[in-house]
Amino acid sequence: MAANILHGGRLSTLQAAMVIARRDFTAILFSRSFFFFLLGPLFPLVVGMMAGGIGQTVKNSADQPELGIAMSASDIAKMQSAHKLLAPRLGNALPELTVLGQLAPGESFDPVAEMKRGRANLAAILSGTPERPVLTGPAERIERWQGPVSLVAAQAVGKAPETYPKVALTNFATSSVDQARGKILTAQAGQTLLFLLTMLLAGMVLSNLVEEKGNKIIEILAAAIPMDAVFLGKLLAMLGVSLVGIAVWGVSGGIIGLVAGQALPTLTPPAVGWPLFLGLGVAYFATGYLLLGSLFLAIGSMATTVREVQTLSMPVTMMQLLVFFFASYAMSQPGSPIEIAAVIVPFSSPFAMLARAAQDPAIWPHAAALVWQTLCVALFVRAGAAMFRKRVMQSGPARGKAKKRGWFVRAPAS
Amino acid sequence: MKLGDYNLSSNVSGLADRPLAIEARGIVKRFDGFTAVDGVDLLVPEGSIYGILGPNGAGKTTTLRMLLGIIDPDSGVRRILGHDRPHEIAHAIGYLPEERGLYPSMKAYEAIAFVGALRGLPLAEGRKRGKALLEEHGLGYAIDRQIRQLSKGMAQQVQLLGTLVHEPRLVIFDEPFSGLDALNQGKLERMIRALAARGTTVIFSTHVIAHAERLCDEVAIIAGGRVPFAGPVDVARDRIRPQVRLETRQRDGVWRAALPADARAEGSFWYFSLPETGIEPLLRALIEGEAGILSLSIERAGLHDAFVAIAGEAAARALEEGNGEEDR
Repeated sequence: MAANILHGGRLSTLQAAMVIARRDFTAILFSRSFFFFLLGPLFPLVVGMMAGGIGQTVKNSADQPELGIAMSASDIAKMQSAHKLLAPRLGNALPELTVLGQLAPGESFDPVAEMKRGRANLAAILSGTPERPVLTGPAERIERWQGPVSLVAAQAVGKAPETYPKVALTNFATSSVDQARGKILTAQAGQTLLFLLTMLLAGMVLSNLVEEKGNKIIEILAAAIPMDAVFLGKLLAMLGVSLVGIAVWGVSGGIIGLVAGQALPTLTPPAVGWPLFLGLGVAYFATGYLLLGSLFLAIGSMATTVREVQTLSMPVTMMQLLVFFFASYAMSQPGSPIEIAAVIVPFSSPFAMLARAAQDPAIWPHAAALVWQTLCVALFVRAGAAMFRKRVMQSGPARGKAKKRGWFVRAPAS
Repeated sequence: MKLGDYNLSSNVSGLADRPLAIEARGIVKRFDGFTAVDGVDLLVPEGSIYGILGPNGAGKTTTLRMLLGIIDPDSGVRRILGHDRPHEIAHAIGYLPEERGLYPSMKAYEAIAFVGALRGLPLAEGRKRGKALLEEHGLGYAIDRQIRQLSKGMAQQVQLLGTLVHEPRLVIFDEPFSGLDALNQGKLERMIRALAARGTTVIFSTHVIAHAERLCDEVAIIAGGRVPFAGPVDVARDRIRPQVRLETRQRDGVWRAALPADARAEGSFWYFSLPETGIEPLLRALIEGEAGILSLSIERAGLHDAFVAIAGEAAARALEEGNGEEDR
């Protein structure tokens, strides 16, 4: 037994796949390009945040309207004191008062002429006295500010109430219609995220066999292990790499979420609950990735150069979009034949089932769907490997007209 | 693994009693209507060094790929170490393809371990053996180097060691001498002999007759996808009668009637195939006819002559052209 372990022995398909997966996984994970791959999705986020921050600062500084005040020094003091007192209740209803001038007794002030001077951020001018305040400015501004100004003026002359009653707040979460709409939004968000991740990551599989074909390693692999194991190993490696990427992005997103706090939109809890929904999300990502990946790997394996792979990537992206639109459309009609079709069609099944998890609390359909999707992955891997052996490795029964139908040129026999 | 010791002698007479490492009968492979391999029969005894000899495009690689299970034959049967499906016994087979290939970013010892892992050798053991093999073959300094940092010849050696790291019972080399300098060709020849001495079956394809002649117990001559001859090298040579070179003092005499019909004169020499009756009747006639024998030699035919006779002039020319390309 010890000798057997030492010298090895026949590998099962899964064991052989793991040899390939381990090699690919470590090769990708410890490559410099993987670091940039991880940073890729974070770049737009960081750039977006920075741009947003700068924009907000610019906007804040540009939009900070000022209410100028031109009264006697004592009136200004009264108004400022009243404004300070009412500030917690007024909130943003009235900006800070900017002193334009302290008028001496008998001195006159022309607010219209002052407005015409076009001082930056000066939105309106408060003049007159606290008993008879005059608000000069654009109609929209002065109409909005006349209430708060009269309140401040009343406070300044001591005519405002001393206390204000506290208003009790009763929060009702949502109505049943809002609940249903919220779950659809959650389903949509889940589907979109699943689609974005799959589109971002599954495309990488297209070029996965180019290295082996270019380096002629494929001969060594094909002679040692079944092609199914090569395909499965490559898919598992890419899935592993993708999950590492998702984990990194998830943690980064979580940190951003913590920092952003309430600024992020709050989704309605899915029908199966958040923990199971997230678990199913990972499971459906895995099956969705493997399903699309097995197809892309088979398509990509027909290509002999990176250029051919690039040519193939456009129709492949279009296909992904079609699958997403199909699943999205089906989501809006739960229980309809089209939704059932989306659940059964292997490529749309993960998307449709994730949407279902947001809307329907039943668990067993997910178990059945995952079994079905896994079975389809196995079938696609087998079919892809068989096609690769027949078309690229030149095996299988001879077919005289195969050349005419072939996508790519075959290498001559020696 | 110790590959330094080797046995120069081959025991052809004992091969017939051994079980077969490879048994292929009537295997056929067609590509797009072109028959690349047309009913090839191969019987390779265990522990032998077996050469598949033929010009480029003769069907050597296709035959080997079928034996390995990379591709399947359209018809015919193949049994490798007693298994119909080569992948079932992949852990006992080593394969060096004609077009060498390794992952450029892998370190040398990792590359060896990876090829071993594909054949079922645990990675940790493969790494250990990989390092030991590199040390043993004078490549210790390259253990931690990436394949892309090695010269082509060194990378070939690393791949060769990867082929052997799991100590296979059967090793298949496709054009193993291609791209090697004379020094490394000699090294590889010694390695092949060492493997056979340990009981490993070695089968290799080549278009260089000299390698097959020096190394092989048995050969299969392949041309146009067919195998007109498969068997011991001596038997192949015996397909051509030995050549006699006779030098006489007399230019003419009654003794000339005793010379075979194909005898041709060049200066004071006569050249002809050894008569079926043997050399004795001729000698007697030469002596009685007072020809004055100055020298007489009987030369056994080489594998090249045998190849020409068996595969035909066209195949021999193709083989020579292939050698020429190789030289260039």
